Amino acid sequence: MTKIKEAFKNGKAFIPFITAGDPNLETTEKLILAMDKSGADIIEIGIPFSDPVAEGVVIQQADTRALESGTTTDKIFDMVKRISPKCGCPLVFMTYINPIYVYGADKFMENCKESGIRGVIVPDVPFEEKQELKPYCDKYGVELISLIAPTSHERIKMIAKEAQGFLYCVSSMGVTGVRSEITTNIGEMIEAVKSVSDIPCAVGFGISTPEQAKDMAKYADGVIVGSAIVKLVAKYGENSEKAVSDYVKSMKEAIK
Amino acid sequence: MSKGKFGIHGGQFVPETLMNALNELEEAYNHYKNDPEFLEELDFLYREYAGRPSLLYYAEKMTKDLGGAKIYLKREDLNHTGSHKINNVLGQILLAKKMGKKRVIAETGAGQHGVATATAAAYMGMECDVYMGKVDTDRQALNVYRMKLLGARVHPVTTGTQTLKDAVNEALREWTSRVEDTHYVLGSVMGPHPFPTIVRDFQSVIGKEVRSQIMEKEGRLPDVVMACVGGGSNAMGLFYDFIKDESVRLIGCEAAGLGVDNPKNAATIANGTLGIFHGMKSYFCQDKYGQIAPVYSISAGLDYPGIGPEHAQLHDSGRAEYVPVTDKEAVDAFEYLSKTEGIIPAIESAHAVAHAMKIAPKMGKDKIVVINLSGRGDKDVAAIARYRGEDIHD
Repeated sequence: MTKIKEAFKNGKAFIPFITAGDPNLETTEKLILAMDKSGADIIEIGIPFSDPVAEGVVIQQADTRALESGTTTDKIFDMVKRISPKCGCPLVFMTYINPIYVYGADKFMENCKESGIRGVIVPDVPFEEKQELKPYCDKYGVELISLIAPTSHERIKMIAKEAQGFLYCVSSMGVTGVRSEITTNIGEMIEAVKSVSDIPCAVGFGISTPEQAKDMAKYADGVIVGSAIVKLVAKYGENSEKAVSDYVKSMKEAIK
Repeated sequence: MSKGKFGIHGGQFVPETLMNALNELEEAYNHYKNDPEFLEELDFLYREYAGRPSLLYYAEKMTKDLGGAKIYLKREDLNHTGSHKINNVLGQILLAKKMGKKRVIAETGAGQHGVATATAAAYMGMECDVYMGKVDTDRQALNVYRMKLLGARVHPVTTGTQTLKDAVNEALREWTSRVEDTHYVLGSVMGPHPFPTIVRDFQSVIGKEVRSQIMEKEGRLPDVVMACVGGGSNAMGLFYDFIKDESVRLIGCEAAGLGVDNPKNAATIANGTLGIFHGMKSYFCQDKYGQIAPVYSISAGLDYPGIGPEHAQLHDSGRAEYVPVTDKEAVDAFEYLSKTEGIIPAIESAHAVAHAMKIAPKMGKDKIVVINLSGRGDKDVAAIARYRGEDIHD
């Protein structure tokens, strides 16, 4: 069993996201360790991109702040290398294909392995294009995490059959960001997955409150939260450790 | 399996949310592109609404003045809405209508594609939302009002560099949030498959007309066909029918802004490297970490950090040449064509005119050059006046 799958053994998994380098990498380092201590089961680290087309305005602005503070892929690898031995939960990257492709997918995945990154989520690489990354992920034992969306319908089984790590179930149409209501039939999506695979399913996009998380955890094996945490970081900046820790604790408590 | 490849370029690098919409579009297009009724309707729209075929005009004064090759202008500026953009838009909106879509969205740089989309949406009775960088809504204010007149909603995009690439980002984001009843009318030969193919096919009417018109006038094929290139739709539309004719040189003119050695440029082939962005593998202006560069050109329509995947392949194979043209050269050509032929070209098209002014004098009088005059320049008059330091109020 991989470290990522193991992370789903501790009740329902809570998976927080933060953008690396927002407002700077020292803060990111502290936040990752704090979230690990506060009950995070997997932590998603966003590598900022100039043009994040799957993100709503909250994470877009975080990416801009991170790039303006001089964050680069190499500096992120250095930071991860320092902290991954101290982290109990597995760390995964979320970024776009261009930063990986231009860096060199082989070198990128090799660095993931060396720095202790267990998986990558790349929202602009759909099933049909995964050969762009899969051979390098396999070579270095980095899991390529797939996504399914409310529009996936008959594609769900095809994607689930080959999915690794966990399956990222996109809860809503559109981009990342807090939503007051999630109307997609998540239960049905996950049922389709489970009919062909025992891969853990984590729901993301739009979740911010413990109530929403609890509701999603009825169907899913885990809950992913990004924008709500990034908002806290935007508000408290270098001093966001306590707010983020408290938030992660409350969310993990809600879905336990 | 990756689809829509041009050599190593192209593909479908988009969020999963859009994959079924792209598959549905591909399927519909493959059906309708061979449907006689669809083709007849499109042909009717081209003739009766857009005013096709556009003229192939012999620029006699320019030819004499430059003293070399015979210069012809393909007058896409005379189309309804003032540019080649209408060719693609009519095709895509007719297709969207057949697919049962109720609403169209579009990105726009200079505003020409936005105006064309708003026009066709008005004609077909569809809802229309256009995304346009805030910087561009300021420098192309006339086109913004034009779109509003046509019943479209214009959304200024305030993220990133607030230009064409950010407008594409925002249109893609909007499409993921409302895809069932909405078709994204992508304006150039770029983006995820099947857009580069669909847009090329609808624009290829340009090259087909040039072929028959030049055969009629000169009894032979041209030696050079040339056009400006941002994403590359007017160039691809002109080139496509001539790719198999090895004797015809294909030249794309990129926007070099303040110069290829100055960071303020948008010359993707000159300065770009391989990348994957906006749904496609191609060349992009970017840094070594794959962060997309904030490009610049006086022309809002060429102010884009990438190039369509089929152009990237034509560059790789050496079949087409891509050359940089600076702001200054383009503005000079803008004024030159206005004074010499009484035709005010779009500042985008003026990039191609500028390069023709460099090469035509060195060619023999028996040679023939066709320049695609992709749009008219009314929209640019205020910006050119500003460039020349004249304060006019429009």
